[in-house]
Amino acid sequence: MAKRGLPEVAAAPMADVAFQLLIFFIVSTTLDTDSGIFRKLPPMPETQEQVEQEDIKERNIFVVLVNRENKLLVENEPMDIRNLRAAAKEFIQNPNNLSTLPERIPTEIPYLGVMPVTKYHIISLQNDRGTSYETYIAVQNELTAAYNELRNELATQRFNMKYEDMKDNDPRKEAIDQVYPLKISEAEPRDIGGAS
Amino acid sequence: MAKFRQKSKGGVPAISTASLPDIVFMLLFFFMVSTTIRETSLKVKVVPPYATEIKKLEKKSLVSYIYIGKPQNAKMYGTAPRIQLNDAFANTSQIREFISSEREKMNEADRNKMSVSLKADGDTDMGIITDVKQELRRASALKLNYSTRSGTRQAIFQNLR
Repeated sequence: MAKRGLPEVAAAPMADVAFQLLIFFIVSTTLDTDSGIFRKLPPMPETQEQVEQEDIKERNIFVVLVNRENKLLVENEPMDIRNLRAAAKEFIQNPNNLSTLPERIPTEIPYLGVMPVTKYHIISLQNDRGTSYETYIAVQNELTAAYNELRNELATQRFNMKYEDMKDNDPRKEAIDQVYPLKISEAEPRDIGGAS
Repeated sequence: MAKFRQKSKGGVPAISTASLPDIVFMLLFFFMVSTTIRETSLKVKVVPPYATEIKKLEKKSLVSYIYIGKPQNAKMYGTAPRIQLNDAFANTSQIREFISSEREKMNEADRNKMSVSLKADGDTDMGIITDVKQELRRASALKLNYSTRSGTRQAIFQNLR
């Protein structure tokens, strides 16, 4: 017999080992990216006295109450959540310049020129301790959607581009944000609707 | 020699499996790079509500998570919604401590970019969530993300019933 060379390393079991590692990693890791609705909370007032609200004109405030039965009371009238988006849009934009909705103040905005801006509007969202989180998020979602739709309309009209397609540091996006600034106040907790 | 050659011409040649490990390793590396290892094991059931107007969380290292939901082991811990921080149940008074310890872990420069993601179950009452929000305000962790699943508007309204 001739001299034997080094025996070849068997490559077939290598696949098995690699598969095992692969399966381990697939099982023990997550791929999901977290996503959600972003909000900025107001800072905690230093002293108790500051809690009192500053004067906001009645026409500038849009009150959304959600009670423990998950029913909505919008501007003192019961409303179905399906209509909230349209109502919020009308409030933010005040397209017909009504005296009951926020005043439109002509403002010079880069890229857009002089635009009527409802500068002082505020959407006040108040909930009860018994409101379900699901409903709360649905309301938050509808309100955000109202802003996003308005911004989108403006972006398509002026820049022929969708708002969500704009880059974050695009100055035109900032201009649109100036026309429709997100103003949702998650009010100080208080009990409404008689929850104990 | 000629004999051998004739023989091998007859059958179908076997497919080489030598490159299979390479392919599998490639998959392995893809998964290792693109996924994150689960850091905490959930002790509460979290089924986030649906929403349409969602944004993706960008820098994961700057996000701290707070989980709220019913305990998974209902026999041991009951069915009242609980807060989970890191790996253990907590109550609202521990949130401030949790936030400051999370802050400590970050770079000095990143501390003001810190945000909190609230992963709460859709069935939870707002009471506990309001308490958590108040604690976050006291801890001045003001950037908040309500974690949601993406769904259609139809799905949201159907779920409300």
